[in-house]
Amino acid sequence: MTEHSRAIALTVNGEEVRETVEARTTLVDFLRDRLGLTGSHVGCEQGVCGACTVRLDGVIVRGCLMLAVQCAGSTVETIEGVSDAGEIADLQEAFVRRNALQCGFCTPGVLLSAQELLTSWERAGDGVPSREVIRVHLAGSYCRCTGYQAIVDAVEAVASARLGSQANTSSPSPSSGRAGEGSFPRHSRADEPHPTSLRSATLPEDGEGLKTGPTPRQGLAARAPTLPSPASGGGKEARP
Amino acid sequence: MKVTPDLASELTALDRPNSYIGRAVPRPNLARLTQGRGQYVSDVTLPRMAHVVFVRSPYAHARIRSIDAAAARRAPGVIAVVTGAELAKIITPWVGVLTHLKGIKSAPQHAIAVDVARWQGEAVAAVVARTRAEAEDARALVAVDYEELPAVTDPETALDPATPVIHADLGDNLCFERRHEGGDPDGGFAKADEIVEATFVFGRHTGVTNEPRAILADWNPGDARLTVYQGTQAPHMMQNLFAKHLGLAEHQVRVLTKDVGGSFGIKVHTYADEMATVALAKLLCRPVKFVADRSESFVTDIHARDHRLRARIGVTRDGAITAWEIDDLTGIGPYSVYPRTSGIEANQVVNLIGGPYTCPNYRAHARVVFQNKNVMCQYRAVGHPIATHVTESLVELAAARIKMDPLELRRRNLIPDDAYPAQGPSGIRFEKLSHHEALAHLDAMMNYAGLRAEQTRLRAQGIYRGIGFASFVEVTNPSAAFYGVGGARISAQDGATVRLDATGAVFCHSGVTEQGQGAEAVIAQCVASSFGVPLERVRVVTGDTDNVPYGGGTWASRAAGIGGEAAWQAGKALRENVLAVAGQVLQAAPASLDIRGGVVVDRADGRERIGLDEVARIAYFRPDTLQPGFQAELVATRHYVPKAWPFAFTNGIQASHVEVDIETGRVTLLKHWCVEDCGTVINPQLVDEQIRGGVVQGLGAALFEKCEYDARGQLLNGNMADYLVPMAAEMPDIEVGHVVSPTADSELGAKGAGEAGTAGATGAVANAVNDALRTLGAREITEVPITPEVVLRAVGRG
Repeated sequence: MTEHSRAIALTVNGEEVRETVEARTTLVDFLRDRLGLTGSHVGCEQGVCGACTVRLDGVIVRGCLMLAVQCAGSTVETIEGVSDAGEIADLQEAFVRRNALQCGFCTPGVLLSAQELLTSWERAGDGVPSREVIRVHLAGSYCRCTGYQAIVDAVEAVASARLGSQANTSSPSPSSGRAGEGSFPRHSRADEPHPTSLRSATLPEDGEGLKTGPTPRQGLAARAPTLPSPASGGGKEARP
Repeated sequence: MKVTPDLASELTALDRPNSYIGRAVPRPNLARLTQGRGQYVSDVTLPRMAHVVFVRSPYAHARIRSIDAAAARRAPGVIAVVTGAELAKIITPWVGVLTHLKGIKSAPQHAIAVDVARWQGEAVAAVVARTRAEAEDARALVAVDYEELPAVTDPETALDPATPVIHADLGDNLCFERRHEGGDPDGGFAKADEIVEATFVFGRHTGVTNEPRAILADWNPGDARLTVYQGTQAPHMMQNLFAKHLGLAEHQVRVLTKDVGGSFGIKVHTYADEMATVALAKLLCRPVKFVADRSESFVTDIHARDHRLRARIGVTRDGAITAWEIDDLTGIGPYSVYPRTSGIEANQVVNLIGGPYTCPNYRAHARVVFQNKNVMCQYRAVGHPIATHVTESLVELAAARIKMDPLELRRRNLIPDDAYPAQGPSGIRFEKLSHHEALAHLDAMMNYAGLRAEQTRLRAQGIYRGIGFASFVEVTNPSAAFYGVGGARISAQDGATVRLDATGAVFCHSGVTEQGQGAEAVIAQCVASSFGVPLERVRVVTGDTDNVPYGGGTWASRAAGIGGEAAWQAGKALRENVLAVAGQVLQAAPASLDIRGGVVVDRADGRERIGLDEVARIAYFRPDTLQPGFQAELVATRHYVPKAWPFAFTNGIQASHVEVDIETGRVTLLKHWCVEDCGTVINPQLVDEQIRGGVVQGLGAALFEKCEYDARGQLLNGNMADYLVPMAAEMPDIEVGHVVSPTADSELGAKGAGEAGTAGATGAVANAVNDALRTLGAREITEVPITPEVVLRAVGRG
């Protein structure tokens, strides 16, 4: 142990961990290199890309912007732990079904971020978040492969499904979502169809329908410059 | 519908019972990636593994006077500090030229710079240590004495006599030059009522793969083999290059490619630091790992698209395009990248200009020059975004000049759907395209008339919305014409080996690679369909040069069209082999049998006869019960390369709907549409997602992405906070439609779809922005990215 090292104890995915770490070691390097939890990825090391997103005491943080020593006494959950617990099985299944990942490098971070959005909306009883809200919340995760639409579709589908299963066990929520929350579309139209499920029209299960595009649906401008949430540890600043 | 050239009684590719062709089945390898159980190169560790980091030149051009590594060598954990001259004894330099690009020249490039560093970020020394942190600590102790040299950064002056020559042996800074003349361009311009001319400027940008480049090389002197874990698109190409430059036989090198965190053409090239890593493993006789950090990625991952084009179009008042002319200038850094060269992008621009249109009168001049910036090379849609952007901007500028609707001008000039085979202005040959059907489909899908009416209505309220289009062609399924004929050992063909295992499941080893696009799913669909088993009984293996058939890998939208066809054929061949065994067991003629749903059935009526597990059991464990002298063959290999056409061109059209805030200059993407024709669609969901992801890469280029260099060749925004990439909040929903014109070159008829989105998106957005601002009398915007500053300058407020 050098003068720059510290002994820390923390809980990682439900397991007690005692390690000695250099003070400069980031949380994500600690998780990956020391504990072998390679599901958290290193993309930019400056808090922009979100590939290293993990949960610290229940709140998502950037694993590259936290030092491991800062996590002494805390509870850390990574994609491995959250997967094993079955907490996001429905999200994972929806991502697979909707092909909401391609290379998969961003996916652990995206899933943890999406889960935070969904649980906060469930807790608030706010119904299904709008596509714009989902997009803004996920704006702290960089995905080069998908173009984001499939991710938004999958998250939206799970939000609807969870609300549906909630409605079956408790009082139904009349809310159909806070359209415009977190974003400020200047020309939103009252007759805008609100998609509430996977738009299967674009996903023919067989060869049929290939030449028939889905119903034209005018998208809203996603013009929200807001950050996803302070807890997500950064994310890209508003565009200039 | 295309009829496949199969046995008369055989079902076609698309309607075999239980066919997975055309079905949106989920990819088999996704669940583990959602659980954090992927294995990217950056995740792999080996016993005795060391880490390498590189000392990189802070100057764009500098002589290395001396390197003092004494302090670094004494630092904790350090195993070695190696300079370029020292490493040159282990690995030979390379020159990135191909013989079919006439006159292209470049200079020998070393794994680590020797004597002179020629771009900011070029490695000048390597530090190997037990941990990466220790290597980085020691790196700070390496003292390099540089003599800064004048940097050549502006392509416009790169060829001036007064400009220093970057490689004295080459005589000048010209890497490659091409002239093309087709039809009668002078006559065409003479016939034009209007000639529209513009200079287009494209921002240099880069791939920003989510996982940076990573490589882990392990030289084992005990069995004289080099094993390389690499996130690459072309494992066999890299096997060849590692062997060649380390002085090994190819069979001494194994390249393993597991999960790859995004490629997009970034990971299909030879990188000096990766070659250095492999050489260090050989030098040190232990595994050495290199993972680029993001700031290294920005100065070493290939850049692309740094072009300036002067271009003009001639058009008659009644809307006939009469001529095209371009002059393209591009700066590609100090070396042509090995082995694909940095001449291909400009060559593609020349090939693709005017591609969708009938007008044959075309003159082109392209020059590729050296400069002291990071190298440029092929990135997703190579040349297409530039050629499409220029062509489609010229078309819309011409439409505006003659006051004709931009779709109408296209209708009058796009190659008619019944005119195939046909060729483009540069002589590129098209088997079968569908520009008009695609345009009609797009028109209806987006409700064009409705959007125009809304545009007019909102304009009265001071809201500036615009609609822009881009018709395009895309090069896919390349034959040897792309690289092989130029001398590069890059396989044009691909192979698939299919094996029935002892319980009736199927393994398929394929030479293409999975980069996240879904190649393994497509391969599985092809095998499951042609062999006749449920998809879940097919296991696909890729990315291992010891174990998969020799192949080209994944680039130029070839994995589905070429690798898929090979897998389809291999599955068919194995079916015949298995039916020969089943015929023995059942005392039936093999031709009277088929395999459907994993069961051997009577071909005529589908009656179930025997399970594949039982056939396999007999063949493997009780072959003594088969006819004497009969040998079951339960492995089949087939290869495929396109033969009738050098490339399977695809086509499509995109539309962008934007709103421009003329106070802030901000462009909001409201919606994007793409109708494309990639022939037979094997998996519609994967095609749609390739299109969407590709479109968004083009949208990034349109609005955000640019590597900003100063005059001394310093990259000013080499990090993800300053180099803007598309994030979820700014991106629109993208509607995708299809027209299906299969290629007759293969039985499946599938062409590629990986680059169509990127090819057209940038030009469509530029046209939409200009459409939004045109009534304001704004200056036409002919540069990307279209930043708020660019918009404000165009409307006279900047």
